[in-house]
Amino acid sequence: MNKKEFGQFMGFNLLRMCFFIVLLTLAVISFDIISKGIKAINWEFISTMPRNGMTEGGVLPAIIGTIMVTVITAILAVPLGMGCAIYINEYANNSKITRLIRMSIRNLSGVPSIVYGLFGVVLFVQFMHLGTCILSSGLTLGLMTLPWTITASEEALKSVPNSYRYGSLALGASKWQSIRTNVLPYAIPGMLTGTILGLARAAGETAPILFTGAAFYLPFLPKSLFSQFMALPYHLYIMSTQHHSISKVRPLAYGTALVLIALVFLINFFAIILRYHLRKRRME
Amino acid sequence: MDIKIRADKFNFFYNETMALKNISMNIFKNTVVGIIGPSGCGKSTFLRSINRMNDVIFGARHEGDILIDGENIYDKDIDVVGIRRRIGMVFQKSNPFPKSIFDNVAYGLKINGIKDRSYIAQKVEKSLQDAALWNEVKDRLSKSAFDLSGGQQQRLCIARALAVEPEVLLMDEPASALDPTATLKIEELIHELKSKYSIIIVTHNMQQAARISDYTAFFMMGELLEYDITSKVFTKPSKKITEDYITGRFG
Repeated sequence: MNKKEFGQFMGFNLLRMCFFIVLLTLAVISFDIISKGIKAINWEFISTMPRNGMTEGGVLPAIIGTIMVTVITAILAVPLGMGCAIYINEYANNSKITRLIRMSIRNLSGVPSIVYGLFGVVLFVQFMHLGTCILSSGLTLGLMTLPWTITASEEALKSVPNSYRYGSLALGASKWQSIRTNVLPYAIPGMLTGTILGLARAAGETAPILFTGAAFYLPFLPKSLFSQFMALPYHLYIMSTQHHSISKVRPLAYGTALVLIALVFLINFFAIILRYHLRKRRME
Repeated sequence: MDIKIRADKFNFFYNETMALKNISMNIFKNTVVGIIGPSGCGKSTFLRSINRMNDVIFGARHEGDILIDGENIYDKDIDVVGIRRRIGMVFQKSNPFPKSIFDNVAYGLKINGIKDRSYIAQKVEKSLQDAALWNEVKDRLSKSAFDLSGGQQQRLCIARALAVEPEVLLMDEPASALDPTATLKIEELIHELKSKYSIIIVTHNMQQAARISDYTAFFMMGELLEYDITSKVFTKPSKKITEDYITGRFG
């Protein structure tokens, strides 16, 4: 083996090793959660209230709570994020100020979620007097998801070639017509996918809902958007660190983890299906 | 002959760089004007100034006027969108939209508010015929425009531009990426279209300029050095530098 071939061999195998390390880690985590969680899962677990200080029963209120909060998050983050991305990418001049704003948005997506949680307490719970409730938590998660949504949507818009924009402008389209008919149709699949992945991430967050509305133990369903609620990630946190008999509820904690992962997976799966259908429609 | 387009002491800047210097020229109705010159001489910039496509470039500004039928297209109150509809443009790289062949040609009609389906169908057929593409695509109008060959795609873009009935057609090296057969087709097409439109075509190909244009403009370093009847520019240019460029001594 000469030097060049050796380099090739080493390069290839190093990269392959990286791949397998990642794959292995994912496989171990998935196997651990599924094998231990599957025992706890049955119809009763996902359809009933927790009982007996959460040592028995199901996680229905946590499932409902997480879904409701995620819907609020989507209502805030999806239209606002997409609109903002369209403005930044299509209308705003490429000046120093826009570059600064763009950079700030990217940095915001790296701000720890606990910081958003504190911000949510100050803005929604206290200043706007919404109290600790589903609405406050959803809005806080919405704020946290916005930078993600904006960045993903912007990337999707950037991937539409300028020749589509110029082509339609040259035919006498107004700027908005050009965007609506010759840019958005090709950017929407990417925008939606990125956005939904952001929502999936929000659904699994604990810190932002910790202070803004999630409750320790509420064995009934939320009555309105102004109720406190149980949420899967927070429930999991309680079960695995705060409960009075942690080892006893360990199987329930694993079950909760599995339900949460399944929910996030479901959202991602929905994103993939949606993208597939939108792409197919576009080709026709 | 009637003047269709008139540039009057037109200067153009990209930020601080002056791309066009004091361009004054008259372009007549129903003629083909070939614009030649070395790369970066301002040919394309001038072309894009005529339908205000330079507006989309950040930091672009101009001085002087360009008039179409005596109307200043840089007037404050002018409807830029309307100007672009009246002045069609074919880009250097063919840019079909990811739609069907039919929808590509119909696009300009639809965005200009035309809803009558039978009229659109009629217009699509007519435009494709005018662009000498109809016979090749009439059986697959609903297929994606991306399935066409490079030469067909460029003719599709010409058909798309013709569909909105422009008065002037700007072509930025429309045949630069095409093989000789496809190029010949486009050249024949330009010859036919001249009866209805004024055509301004940027080209790097001297023979092409000599073949298809009635007038030839020679640009260099942002200046219009020579502009006359094509046969005169190619046989008895008034400037030595024009001759040097045409005969291939530089550029």
